[in-house]
Amino acid sequence: MAEAVDYKQIGSRPVRPDGLDKVTGRAQFGADTVLPNMIHGKVLRSPHAHAKLLSIDVSGALALPGVFAAISGADFPGGGIEGEVGGEGGGTLDDVAKNVMARDKVLYHGHAVAAVAAATPMLAEAALAAIKVEYEPLAPVLDVLEAMAPDATLVDENNYTKLPEKPEHPSNVANQGRLERGNIEEGFAAADVVVEREFKCPMAHQGYIEPQACVASIDEQGRGTVWCSTQGHFEFRAATSKMLGKNLADLKFVPKEIGGGFGGKTVVYLEPLAVMLSEKSGRPVKMALNREEVFRATGPASASVARIKVGAKRDGTITAAHAWIAYEAGAFEGAPYMPGAMAIFAPYQLENFLVETFDVLVNKPKVAAYRAPGAPQSMHAFECALDEIAQLLDTDPIDLRLHNAADEGTQSPYGPKFPPIGFKACLEAAKAHRNYLAPVPEGAGRGVAAGFWFNVGLQSSAEVHINENGTVMVIEGSPDIGGSRASMCLMAAETLGIEYEHVRAQVADTDSTGFCNVTGGSRTTFATGMAVTRACEDVIAECKKRAAMTWGLDEDQVEWEDGQAIPGPGVNADVKPLSLANLAGKAAKTGGPIQGRASLNAQGAGASFSVNFGDLRVDQETGKVDVLSYTAVQDAGKAIHPAYVEGQMQGGAAQGLGWALNEEYIFNDQGVLENPGFLDYRIPVCSDLPMIDTAIVEVANPSHPYGVRGVGETPIVAPLAVATNAVSRAIDKRVGELPLSPPNLLDVIDGDE
Amino acid sequence: MAQVTLPDDWAAATGGTRVLEITADDFRDLRLRLTEQWPDLGVLLDRCAVAIDGQIYQDAFMEALEPDSEVFFMPRIEGG
Repeated sequence: MAEAVDYKQIGSRPVRPDGLDKVTGRAQFGADTVLPNMIHGKVLRSPHAHAKLLSIDVSGALALPGVFAAISGADFPGGGIEGEVGGEGGGTLDDVAKNVMARDKVLYHGHAVAAVAAATPMLAEAALAAIKVEYEPLAPVLDVLEAMAPDATLVDENNYTKLPEKPEHPSNVANQGRLERGNIEEGFAAADVVVEREFKCPMAHQGYIEPQACVASIDEQGRGTVWCSTQGHFEFRAATSKMLGKNLADLKFVPKEIGGGFGGKTVVYLEPLAVMLSEKSGRPVKMALNREEVFRATGPASASVARIKVGAKRDGTITAAHAWIAYEAGAFEGAPYMPGAMAIFAPYQLENFLVETFDVLVNKPKVAAYRAPGAPQSMHAFECALDEIAQLLDTDPIDLRLHNAADEGTQSPYGPKFPPIGFKACLEAAKAHRNYLAPVPEGAGRGVAAGFWFNVGLQSSAEVHINENGTVMVIEGSPDIGGSRASMCLMAAETLGIEYEHVRAQVADTDSTGFCNVTGGSRTTFATGMAVTRACEDVIAECKKRAAMTWGLDEDQVEWEDGQAIPGPGVNADVKPLSLANLAGKAAKTGGPIQGRASLNAQGAGASFSVNFGDLRVDQETGKVDVLSYTAVQDAGKAIHPAYVEGQMQGGAAQGLGWALNEEYIFNDQGVLENPGFLDYRIPVCSDLPMIDTAIVEVANPSHPYGVRGVGETPIVAPLAVATNAVSRAIDKRVGELPLSPPNLLDVIDGDE
Repeated sequence: MAQVTLPDDWAAATGGTRVLEITADDFRDLRLRLTEQWPDLGVLLDRCAVAIDGQIYQDAFMEALEPDSEVFFMPRIEGG
């Protein structure tokens, strides 16, 4: 394990710089932009889950007073669009364009078919009613297993499974993945116990509180600005410009404060429509989804069916594991079938395994990324099977995992050997935690599970400007979803050797800073933090140069220590140290303003592992589950701002428990979502959960200057299996289907298993 | 020579070869040698990530290879 390093700023817990604005309502979110002469856009959505679009006539809408523009799929440029959208569930830009506005078919209930812009939202609604659409309804396919059947209705008649050799017939399977090592038959033959189960996870939404919203203001030359709620304004600009055939440089995208994303705001829904409506109408156009539209038409996480078989010896050694997992993609390909396959066995050393995964089209909304996409579903299956193995072997579930745990040098299931990782440290921290040492409350069950996510780096840019008084402005392009501005300030302060209070950070628009990939993949503190650190090092180099100039020394005779330039060891110079403020105040005489910058494609993101456990009690008469206690342990590499890391762990635990206990999309047999609102789609509220206890493990990532590992994705992975394992132990029956809602649990409690 | 492991589903493009040894100074050199041998790999190589000695690169270009380097090609991961 890497040695802990004591920092002066990093690891402290300053108040978040955006906190006061957010709690007082001053913060400006996507729907808060208001411009002179602004009008309002609305979307007409399909009443069918699957139908041919025979005709669309928008003339009735355009004839209404106060209606300025109306568009349909025919207004979009023809031809395929090259490129892909960032993030799992992004898919091809061509598919995303057809998701933004249907062309010749509607593929799910709520699919956009037309849009209007009018003087008021009410007029826009009235205009939608005046649009005539002719449909030829088709039978929808709504179940992943039915969709995989040879005679299934086809969502896309032109979809052929992407295999090395093109299949003879189209199908609903868009992609399939396979990872294999060793010989599972031999492994199962060597096992003393074998568990074989089927697990189902429902389609679940990210549940961000702020619906998608934007304002577009485009001039008569087709140039303009879009203010929006996004995890990545550069990629939104790229997607919008490509879909509309516009020059990317003609559009400026301004990221507003964001009220949650969790992966769901990595893809565009409204922005291309608002730009087109603004260009046609000559006015700024605001568009904002309502909650029902968010559920019906934005991307949730995939539903899945997982079949798992695991064998182990009496000493706990896993001898073989076989997983078969089908993920629902929704109406277009893009389910996270490969991340799910690569993650499922990642925490363990397995000699024999086979994972087969499938990306399957169904007539439901196109899925999008949701924290660690694909991993919660696949790891739920394996972590539940492991718990049953632990029961069969009468061993502690943490000990079973420790016996098989991956460590530095272990070959991961997806190929490379792990660099330093913190899984064993998490298991040991969990086992020693006071909550684990406490007895399981009467009538409850204790569930244990592991979580994992790869984490990524990708491209980031940052500039650091030294103000005239030595205070510091950090400019970066990563929308702040989880507190990254504070983390950037802490890393800048640490690197420069100054106090946190002297640093400010701003997320700049696409015209004002260099390219940054989306805030996603747990990459921002790692990658943008690396860019900020390098930009600060650029500043330090310049400061040393200015100090050398001031003192008449060579640059290599000057060092930077505790926020000031000093003569290096052995340099005979009778001078006083020059602080950042000293140097900034004299900058006019030494070459002008001091600034640093860095652009990079960050490599070496370190994987983050977690171990979660919780005590859950089941009311055997009603099926209601109470979470009595919950503890999340996770390796953060180095927690730059520990309170934010704990917040990520707690938020992910709450979301994962919601997915496990109650959240699910409920479709009728025509593919109409029957619970498109928070009353019927039940995310956890404060009264549903106890305080989530956290324990941060710090095994430094050697590829980051401060040892950072991303922490945003991993926290949602383990809770699904923690809940299932706890409930299974509480009722003494293994449960396979989520959510663990009262009706589902009563079926299990009253069943025969 | 670097030991290179290709994904299972590239077997059609490589005639079944999955693991091979290649002498190359850096990733660009390695990519060149792979596409010289199997031209169809070009598109696949551009769409994937690569791990060199345990370090995962989403967009590798000139990364150095040691004589005993272990190289794995894998799908790109992004996340939410």
